[in-house]
Amino acid sequence: MVEGRIIRINGPIIQADGLARAGLYDVVEAGNLGLVGEIIRMNGDVATIQIYEDNTGMKVGERVLSHGEPLSVLLGPGLIGRIYDGIQRPLDELFQRTGFGIAPGVKTQPLDMERKWFFKPFCKKGDKLERGKPLGIVQETDYLQHPIYLPPNRNEGTLAEVCPEGTYSLTEPVARMGDGTELFLCHSWPVRNPRPYRERLGMEEPLLTGQRVIDVFFPISKGGTAAIPGGFGTGKTMTQHAIAKWCDADIIVYIGCGERGNEMTDVLREFPEIHDPRTGRSIMERTILIANTSNMPVAAREVSIYTGVTLAEYYRDMGYNVAIMADSTSRWAEALRELSGRLEEMPAEEGFPAYLPTRLAEFYERGGRVTTLEGKKGSITIIGAVSPPGGDFSEPVTQHTKRFIRCFWALDRDLANARHYPAISWIDSYSEYGEELRGFWEKVNADWAATRTEAMELLKREQRLAQIVKLIGPDALPDTSRLVLLCADMIKNGFLQQSAFDPVDMYSVPEKQVIILRLIMDFYNRALRIIRAGAPLLKLRSLSVIERIVRMKSQIPNEKLELVQEVKSLLDRELGDLEKEYKV
Amino acid sequence: MRGLEFKGLQSVEGPIIILERRENVGYGELARIRDRSGVVKVGRILEVSDSAVAVQVFGPTTGLSTEETSVEFLGKSLELRVSVDMLGRIYDGLGRPIDGYPEPFSSEFRDINGIPINPSARAYPQDFIQTGVSSIDGMNTLIRGQKLPIFSGSGLPHNRLAAQIIRQARLKTEESFVMVFAAMGVKYDVARFFIQTFEESGVLSNVVMFLSLADAPSIERLITPRCALTAAEYLAYEKNMHVLVVLTDMTNYCEALREISSIRGEIPSRKGYPGYLYSDLASLYERAGKVKTSTGSITQIPILTMPNDDISHPIPDLTGYITEGQIVLERELFQKGIYPPVAGLPSLSRLMKDGIGPGMTREDHKDLASQLFAAYSRTKQVRNLAAIIGEEELSTLDKNYLTFGDRFEREFLSQSETENRSIEQTLDLGWKVLTHLPREELYRIKEDLIEKYLPKTPIGR
Ligand SMILES: Nc1ncnc2c1ncn2[C@@H]1O[C@H](COP(=O)(O)OP(=O)(O)O)[C@@H](O)[C@H]1O
Ligand SMILES: [Mg+2]
Repeated sequence: MVEGRIIRINGPIIQADGLARAGLYDVVEAGNLGLVGEIIRMNGDVATIQIYEDNTGMKVGERVLSHGEPLSVLLGPGLIGRIYDGIQRPLDELFQRTGFGIAPGVKTQPLDMERKWFFKPFCKKGDKLERGKPLGIVQETDYLQHPIYLPPNRNEGTLAEVCPEGTYSLTEPVARMGDGTELFLCHSWPVRNPRPYRERLGMEEPLLTGQRVIDVFFPISKGGTAAIPGGFGTGKTMTQHAIAKWCDADIIVYIGCGERGNEMTDVLREFPEIHDPRTGRSIMERTILIANTSNMPVAAREVSIYTGVTLAEYYRDMGYNVAIMADSTSRWAEALRELSGRLEEMPAEEGFPAYLPTRLAEFYERGGRVTTLEGKKGSITIIGAVSPPGGDFSEPVTQHTKRFIRCFWALDRDLANARHYPAISWIDSYSEYGEELRGFWEKVNADWAATRTEAMELLKREQRLAQIVKLIGPDALPDTSRLVLLCADMIKNGFLQQSAFDPVDMYSVPEKQVIILRLIMDFYNRALRIIRAGAPLLKLRSLSVIERIVRMKSQIPNEKLELVQEVKSLLDRELGDLEKEYKV
Repeated sequence: MRGLEFKGLQSVEGPIIILERRENVGYGELARIRDRSGVVKVGRILEVSDSAVAVQVFGPTTGLSTEETSVEFLGKSLELRVSVDMLGRIYDGLGRPIDGYPEPFSSEFRDINGIPINPSARAYPQDFIQTGVSSIDGMNTLIRGQKLPIFSGSGLPHNRLAAQIIRQARLKTEESFVMVFAAMGVKYDVARFFIQTFEESGVLSNVVMFLSLADAPSIERLITPRCALTAAEYLAYEKNMHVLVVLTDMTNYCEALREISSIRGEIPSRKGYPGYLYSDLASLYERAGKVKTSTGSITQIPILTMPNDDISHPIPDLTGYITEGQIVLERELFQKGIYPPVAGLPSLSRLMKDGIGPGMTREDHKDLASQLFAAYSRTKQVRNLAAIIGEEELSTLDKNYLTFGDRFEREFLSQSETENRSIEQTLDLGWKVLTHLPREELYRIKEDLIEKYLPKTPIGR
């Protein structure tokens, strides 16, 4: 332990001397309250430290203690369902202890150290415990198996002792290595160090989000990375909430980074009530929340991203598919900027430090699909919201993020203003995973790729026509072009738009997604032939099947896809009549 | 130390003084500065080092000399004396009574910076507040515990709208509000206008006012909203009251912040505003809400004027990123003579989703509002087209949209300053203006609701 003395305080950045024997990135207890801080620069015996709690009242001369350890999180059973701040202090417990405000200097344990877990060993005395070999297993929740491994920062060796099957708390050792090291059900891991895995894998499996515009047009793979940029109120948070609720990941780590407190409260209130359609369990049983809201200390906002990613890696290492929602990475970048400013570093663009792109790259690189040390397949999908000032995507955070992600779900102000949700622009967005995922989707529906391309082309043509319509009005267009406008509207209203509040519409299974889009395209193709055969557009526009198709999304539940037959027959009847009339 | 005064400064630059550090002063704590004529001002410690202390002075620093100024360190943060007797009182921007009466009798003090509310201690706001204004109740519903700013422009009637909300805001349960009003850098007549509003509606004794008018030192504005929110938090979270806070004008607040930042030589981000403007604003706006330990609530209506009517200016932009929606006033509507000129599309209430619907407002509310937004957005496109090809050239459907848009603005959005519409009236009006569209266009509304609520009159009646 090293003890130093504070010599300067400038907001959350302080300096202390007498710390020549402390190391860079050591975690410290600073001041009389023992506030948590981290050494971010060393110069002679003077350490520059960022403080993760409100340090009002801190005085020059107060002491700083370093235990010579990096900032770490505690990993073990009991993380699921909890809400933590940026440095893994359990907010639910803080509330019980100190009331509604977050007071600085309160010491807590991230995990319940008293709770007993049922541990079933897989190894016995004399076995060699290698990296990635499960020592045993704990049932963390009713459906979540939690294998216990040798912590990756401990040496492999022979087991001198393994405790029998039974219940243990996190403070009781469950095994002992030959060199005397005791193993527990939990261990700590430095947040800034990525956890090891065996090798990286391709990403051929989609992360199904239940959101049609994403899954069909701009799909993401398990292990992929995506950014959701958008001005305020365009739907970044709603999109992330929807994905967290409905995607087919095993674990969700939701990082509220510099955003609203009420949005975290919303998750805490809503998630326990929602049931995962695949497991039937409450989705809170697969969710961990990290909340460092906008009014909480800014330095802890910077670290919250790493805390979240480390928890995600821990579950990935067990072979789970984890999805991280980071809302918003711009606030994290701003925290970097604020701290960098206080350190008087030379700024690059718009005051952001020059290392912003490096940090962004490091963060997104912690995503991916891997073979774990045990040999299982696990993944971390990272979905980051970006909040560009003035909604202008040319700013540094959006631009740099674009270099490190492969899905770009651009939110459009005009769509949001028209309450077209999700306001994901089909013009500006892209996904680079389309090809990798083709195999999966063709198993769902052989027509997937064709339908998707046809529909996208239709939308692109509509966009070009819309330019002309703006100048001369739709009536000047030929009927075939006006049919494009009509069908593009059907795609927008009946497929792209998806209400997060409609109990049927909020989540679509892949089959339903393709069925709706296919039906619209079938309508278009047949209608086009009818118009070419001489029918006026009006005849088509007045068909009742149009409204039926557009309302399918909220009228046909995922479990009752057979109802589509009715709409199909109506389509056949109505178009069939016209086909007869015009001899198509 | 308390009671001990240190004489002499190293430097004075604008509102910041630097002095030699001769004792243990705490970062962020309070200092009391006495100038050569004995006038006392308060200040806050910005930075401390081994040898020096930087203090931000909340008052004019004109005439401060380096030799004849003395400073006392109070060893605590700036605090406000709190009591329910604050209601009916008027304070200056630093929380000192200016209505001629002594401070309320109380020994309770609260740090004006508050403490960040723990997200797991929050109760999610979902009680509908009826403001009697259709554009708000129908389209951008205000919820108890929400922070919903008014984005305005100079010359637009934001104060009149705020006053109307203050007069008419009711809960379904008929519980009423107490009010906290903070004026930052506004002119005396604006403050006067609000005082009159409070008087006329007979609520003056239920209002706490903090006035830092245009002639007060600009730096005082950094304190004013914090005093106001401290009063609000005391009343709401400790005394279980429902508090409505009006903060005007946040633009002046942000400018004071920029001033300080530039004097300190900080690296600016956009338009010279400091990089921490977002976090600083959040430390105010996030003090709205409800907590599980109390039955009270804080609803915030910050008012700000957008410089040059530009919504992407850092002040409205960062505010919009923090608040739970925004009521945007639009000059074009105002020039058409429509009051309140609430812009149809950019306005938003994010908490609306959980506070409306059956049992709260009415079952048709969500679908109706969504349809009105969609139809009005289409109207705007049609208007652009009509401006180019002429109205006569439009299709019948597009003409329907023009009529709809016109009725929507003149009948639904527009109302008089004294007209207090019930939510049912508002929703019925919404249906009425929708009759100008063919029924097939109402694709955002469920069929059974159309059946039940759409007036059975032909189009255009
Ligand atoms: N998929 C959706 N369905 C319905 N409403 C939505 C959807 N996405 C966004 N909204 C609406 O837009 C508002 C703002 O969305 P939000 O996600 O909070 O925006 P952001 O995080 O980009 O500021 C929400 O309060 C909601 O009313
Ligand atoms: Mg958001």
